[in-house]
Amino acid sequence: MAAFREHKNPILNVEHLTAAYRQGNDSHDAVRDVSLKVYPGETLGLVGESGSGKTTLLLAIMRYLPPAGFLRAGTIELDGQDLCSLSDSEIRQVWGKQIALVPQDPQSSLNPSMRVGDQLTEALDLAQTSAKSRAIELLEAVHIKDPERVADSYPHQISGGMQQRVLIAMALSTDPALLVLDEPTTNLDVTTQAEILELIREQVRARGTTALYVTHNLGVVAKLCDRVAVMYAGELVESADTVRLYRTPLHPYTQGLLDSVPIIGETKSSVRLRAIQGQIPPIDEHPPGCIFAPRCPIAIDICMEQPPLYVVDSGRRTQCHRWETLQTGEVSARQMSPAISQPAQKHVAGAPVITLESLKVHFPLKRSLRETISRSPAEVVKAVDGVSGEVSRGDTLGLVGESGSGKTTLARAVMGLVDTTGGDMTLISAALPSGLPGRDLDTLRSLQMVFQDPDGALNPYLTIGESLRRPFISLLGLSRFQADAEAKKLLSAVHLPENFTRRLPDQLSGGEKQRVAIARAFATNPDLLICDEPVSSLDVSVQASILNLLNQLKVANQSGMIFISHDLAVVGYLADRIAVMYSGKLMEVGDSEDLFEPPYHPYTEALISAIPQMDPEAEQEHIPLGETLQSPSTTPGGCPFHSRCPRFLGNICIQVTPPWKATSTGKRIYCHIPLDELGYSQTRRLDLHHGSQDR
Amino acid sequence: MTKYVIRRLAFLTITLLFTSLIIFMITQYLPGDPCRIILGREVGEAALESCRIELGLNDPIPLQYLNWLKNFVTGDWGTSFSTKTVIFPLVMDRLRNSLWLAFISLAIAVPISIALGVVAGLNENKLSDSLINVTGLSVVGLPAFVTGVVLIQIFSFNLNLLPANSSIPPGSTFFEALPMLILPALTITLILLAYITRMTRAGVIEELKKSYVRTADLKGLPRRVVIVKHVLRNALLPTVTVIALSFGWLISGLVIVENVFNYPGLGRLMVFAIDRRDLPLMQAIAMITVFAFALANLTADLLYAYLNPRIRYQ
Repeated sequence: MAAFREHKNPILNVEHLTAAYRQGNDSHDAVRDVSLKVYPGETLGLVGESGSGKTTLLLAIMRYLPPAGFLRAGTIELDGQDLCSLSDSEIRQVWGKQIALVPQDPQSSLNPSMRVGDQLTEALDLAQTSAKSRAIELLEAVHIKDPERVADSYPHQISGGMQQRVLIAMALSTDPALLVLDEPTTNLDVTTQAEILELIREQVRARGTTALYVTHNLGVVAKLCDRVAVMYAGELVESADTVRLYRTPLHPYTQGLLDSVPIIGETKSSVRLRAIQGQIPPIDEHPPGCIFAPRCPIAIDICMEQPPLYVVDSGRRTQCHRWETLQTGEVSARQMSPAISQPAQKHVAGAPVITLESLKVHFPLKRSLRETISRSPAEVVKAVDGVSGEVSRGDTLGLVGESGSGKTTLARAVMGLVDTTGGDMTLISAALPSGLPGRDLDTLRSLQMVFQDPDGALNPYLTIGESLRRPFISLLGLSRFQADAEAKKLLSAVHLPENFTRRLPDQLSGGEKQRVAIARAFATNPDLLICDEPVSSLDVSVQASILNLLNQLKVANQSGMIFISHDLAVVGYLADRIAVMYSGKLMEVGDSEDLFEPPYHPYTEALISAIPQMDPEAEQEHIPLGETLQSPSTTPGGCPFHSRCPRFLGNICIQVTPPWKATSTGKRIYCHIPLDELGYSQTRRLDLHHGSQDR
Repeated sequence: MTKYVIRRLAFLTITLLFTSLIIFMITQYLPGDPCRIILGREVGEAALESCRIELGLNDPIPLQYLNWLKNFVTGDWGTSFSTKTVIFPLVMDRLRNSLWLAFISLAIAVPISIALGVVAGLNENKLSDSLINVTGLSVVGLPAFVTGVVLIQIFSFNLNLLPANSSIPPGSTFFEALPMLILPALTITLILLAYITRMTRAGVIEELKKSYVRTADLKGLPRRVVIVKHVLRNALLPTVTVIALSFGWLISGLVIVENVFNYPGLGRLMVFAIDRRDLPLMQAIAMITVFAFALANLTADLLYAYLNPRIRYQ
């Protein structure tokens, strides 16, 4: 890499760029003095959390800042052309042709009332007939199977993954000098994400495209990028070759980022996630000295002075005064923290808190007038279709699966938010009625939930104190005065200051809001806590602290917990037992230590292979699953996964309901394939593609 | 889409049947004996009775309703109590006048207000936007009898361009009537202007925030193409609905404008019928009004579905 860099001029050359937003008569710098180069044929990863300025930098480079934004200083050169001096109409000549964007949210990035084919080719200046065939060519190039149909479709008629393929085809249609990718897989399922990443990697390599890849996901960076630039609070704090950055990060923030993400196979009994303390400074508060110093565990006196961007060697820069000591290993911000609970030992389950017995939740599809009249039985979507299992006191059950697999419906059924169609639920020792009306206050008290979106979970017009007092007053019958004292205790339990009781949700950050939501859930000392993707909308450094907090409170309260997530690494880290769900049915249930060890269900295998590993050197083989999960309305007998299964056996999978098989470690798998056969081939596959998976 | 149209049409029929029942029932329960209204106070009981038999007023009520409905559908709307003439041609004549006025009004109001709305939306919170907003709102607040009189003052008396009196003679063709339609149509435009402009403005502002606009921009399309091909297509969806819905009001709700200009539309006929307690005439106009509203609604729904592929291809 370094070799060809010296001979060529960069495609993108940003120097000392400062971009700011006007706010009334004031203005605040969102990007400060950033310089970066992208050389021909390489992919530069731009990594940062929310508030790091990576989006502003991207928009500034494209000259597409919103009206309030402006460039205060610096230059941007694309292929030798100075972009800053271009007029509004001149920059339109650059857009699409020389610089193209693959956006974050494919669904809203396509015009809903225009056919996909027309959107693909409208900027290409082609005649009607050649436009059509060009559209089909472009779609074929991104491996869309029936390009004619897709070209004639409207965006809402194709899946999210397909929409992103279309946008990639659109961006590549002009062979731009620079391809900018803005978190292109963030809102997609793990399995779809893996396919899109594969596509991007293949296209970029085949065409020799120069790319700037903006993301917060370090696994994605490891998979796709040649070099990485890390941004923090508007500044570029470190840049290096991907391999060297992951091996020896030379900035404490990079170290913190790498440590706050669980790696597949890590559990809470083997390592404790290290959250970065504090939070990113707001745009209008710029602490003196090193921008990261207030959160840095190894900050010393010199850090009160602004560090320059130290040149480590030709390909490495870091903005840390202490990089040399970091390099030699004298100091490190990455002390391995001790595990949360007792040393690794086989998990022993307590008494069950909740027991499910062939639980079913079916939603009838809307019937046509004729069907209603002829009284034909309504077709149903089997969101949850015969799930059995239990969660014990002090135990965490992780529930994983793609979107549409029925995880959330299962949670809502237990909470009483949807009615069940069949099966039984038992709470501790009493039958749990389906739906809220049949439940008494004590039942409501003992079941609590933390939702995915902390913004929507708190009433924006109630102070935090008011929100926290409510469960004490309504469910536990405490007086307002007692409730107030309890609310304050709760806040300190989730490591928030007591004076937060007077604040409104608006005045809190996302992580703080989620802490409040967790505090509220634990207010009534629930027997079972259900967390539905509680960290997926949070930044990685915040995510770690929330996971630690959840586990700590659960242990203290001796509650059972169901933890829903699409992120296998997070679930594997936090859960004691894991259930993998597909199309309303469980595919595999086992201890979390065993989940990532063969034999596993072919669906689990595919899910695991889809996770981008945090190791740039790992040669990872991804098992494609084809189209996304179909609506589970028509699954007669057989295995629901048969239509996508890479290890599909034949008719038996279509017609015969698979048996539950138990492995020697007690893991249970719902599959026709003999376990030793599964185990043998899966182990072999791992051996073939084994990279170094240590940190 | 065909399924959608059929379902809408079925709904329309049910709506019309239901309202016809209400209109029929209301006239049933209104105090006063139709025969007494027709024949006057001094007539004897025998004459009243034969009148009731003739009008079928002694039949059971469901039968009366079905007869009334059948007659209505076949165009036999009865005889007006007050003018003693057949109602159908009278109402049809007025309906035609109202349709003319509605079309001319929309033809003037829609292009102007959409253009203003787009300009305002594209220049959100800038000077042109504020000017358009202030003008629109101040005009919409003025009652039609003020704007109408001002327009007459300017265009008829000062400039002598257009007639002040719009009482088009029966039997005139559209082009003969056209000069008399302009001033009432302008008055109506001033009322519609603010609504349509604000809808359009809101639609444009809303759509400009969407990510697909960024995609279109960054394709390198000229700004004009981005606005016309991408933004407007989606931004005008709600506006189209509002326009179609206003059609119902244009047919029957223009009493004041019609009065200012002495225009022979349905609105004035309705006031006339109410004044004279002319039940059959009121029923007929009420039915026509309901029909106009239902049709406007249907048009709005179908247009929306046609323009919005998310509904067209479900």
